[in-house]
Amino acid sequence: MTFKGRDIISIRDFSKDDIMKVLETAQKLEKKPQPNLMKGAVMGCLFFEPSTRTRLSFTSAMEKLGGQVLGFEDAAVTSVQKGETLWDTTKMVNNYVDVIVQRHPVEGAARLAANAADVPVINAGDGANQHPTQTLLDLYTVQKEKGKLDGLNIGFVGDLKYGRTVHSLCMAMSHFKTKLYFVAPEALQMPEYYLADLQKKKVPYVVTGDLDKVAPELDIIYMTRIQKERFPDPVEYNRLKDSYRIDKQLLKRTKKDVRILHPLPRINEISTDLDDTPNAAYFRQAANGVPVRQALIALVTGRLS
Amino acid sequence: MKPAEHIIPVPAIEEGTVIDHLPSRETLKVMRLLNPQEFEHPITVALNLDSKKLGKKGVIKVNNRSLTKDEVDKIAILAPQATVSIIKNYKVVQKNRVHAPKSISGIPCSNPNCITNKEPAETQFELVQESPLRIRCHFCERIMSRKDIAL
Repeated sequence: MTFKGRDIISIRDFSKDDIMKVLETAQKLEKKPQPNLMKGAVMGCLFFEPSTRTRLSFTSAMEKLGGQVLGFEDAAVTSVQKGETLWDTTKMVNNYVDVIVQRHPVEGAARLAANAADVPVINAGDGANQHPTQTLLDLYTVQKEKGKLDGLNIGFVGDLKYGRTVHSLCMAMSHFKTKLYFVAPEALQMPEYYLADLQKKKVPYVVTGDLDKVAPELDIIYMTRIQKERFPDPVEYNRLKDSYRIDKQLLKRTKKDVRILHPLPRINEISTDLDDTPNAAYFRQAANGVPVRQALIALVTGRLS
Repeated sequence: MKPAEHIIPVPAIEEGTVIDHLPSRETLKVMRLLNPQEFEHPITVALNLDSKKLGKKGVIKVNNRSLTKDEVDKIAILAPQATVSIIKNYKVVQKNRVHAPKSISGIPCSNPNCITNKEPAETQFELVQESPLRIRCHFCERIMSRKDIAL
């Protein structure tokens, strides 16, 4: 399927071929930068809630391709304050730009904006729902770090119940030959309907609370932050937060070439003394956001096909 | 006078549609799903009728209108065991079971933080699984089960 004019709303809309196309394009752009590719094009960066990393990474991606960026990073400075609907805001911005990048606190806002806009819309996060460009950069990172996407054992650790990055990456990985490990306290385990989906697709998986036990089997450890506000009992939080912590001690038990990913920000789930080890891939992962977003911008605007 | 067991609690209709075997507690929801304000002719609704299969059941009788397949299939999301009979001249000319359609609209999303609950937008759901029912909101992608459907 051609990418020109296509909206990037949910990883659910991506076939395996689509994923590979984005990753290949990102790789080409990383190897051979194209500073004039988006010349004369304008990207609307509509951030209805704050986000440092995603917004800066999109802006950097567009500017490095020679395009321009306009937009806002706080709904309080827009007509939303005057009661304008998202539909109307999108219809208006649609006239000024060639592509819209949107972050919104409400789930489904990206799909609605895509219905309103004629230009392609890229979802940069809609509430707790989807953040497809994060998933694609996670996949890009896995591929770059391990040289492949098939035949890997991937462990998701931490808050698997509410973590949208985990849900999306798990959905995307089901296109590949993989074994998934879900490591979390029972209260924060993977929702049942995602597991049912994996069963349907015959993707092997393990559900456990014991990171120590499964650590030696993993090729990738995808860490997430356990959020304090999810726990009604602070004692329970304190007990659990340290059971999912990666440090040099744990690294002794893992495969030598294990890679640790994290969507960031981290609190204390990855010890800072791992930052300089080759196993720590999380800062490289954040940097990968730029080529992946460049690829998406260039593909949906038809500058690359 | 007829003996008690022969009295039909809901009068038969000459022309129209009879939706039977509705769980009593879902009957009024099914009624709302059918958009009764759009209908011109009388509609009879009965609740708490004795039923061997369901214990208590509900029945909806729509006069002078044969409901389309699209209209009746929506019922399956609330009452999968419902039967729909088309009546002509007091006789059943067609009797069908309902099947949940692949795409469903006309019900609200149960996720309070879904955009369809924040600004005007027609909801749309995709059927994930018929039994037990699982539908996914086209917008927020949240999975809903039968108990989440509020009408």
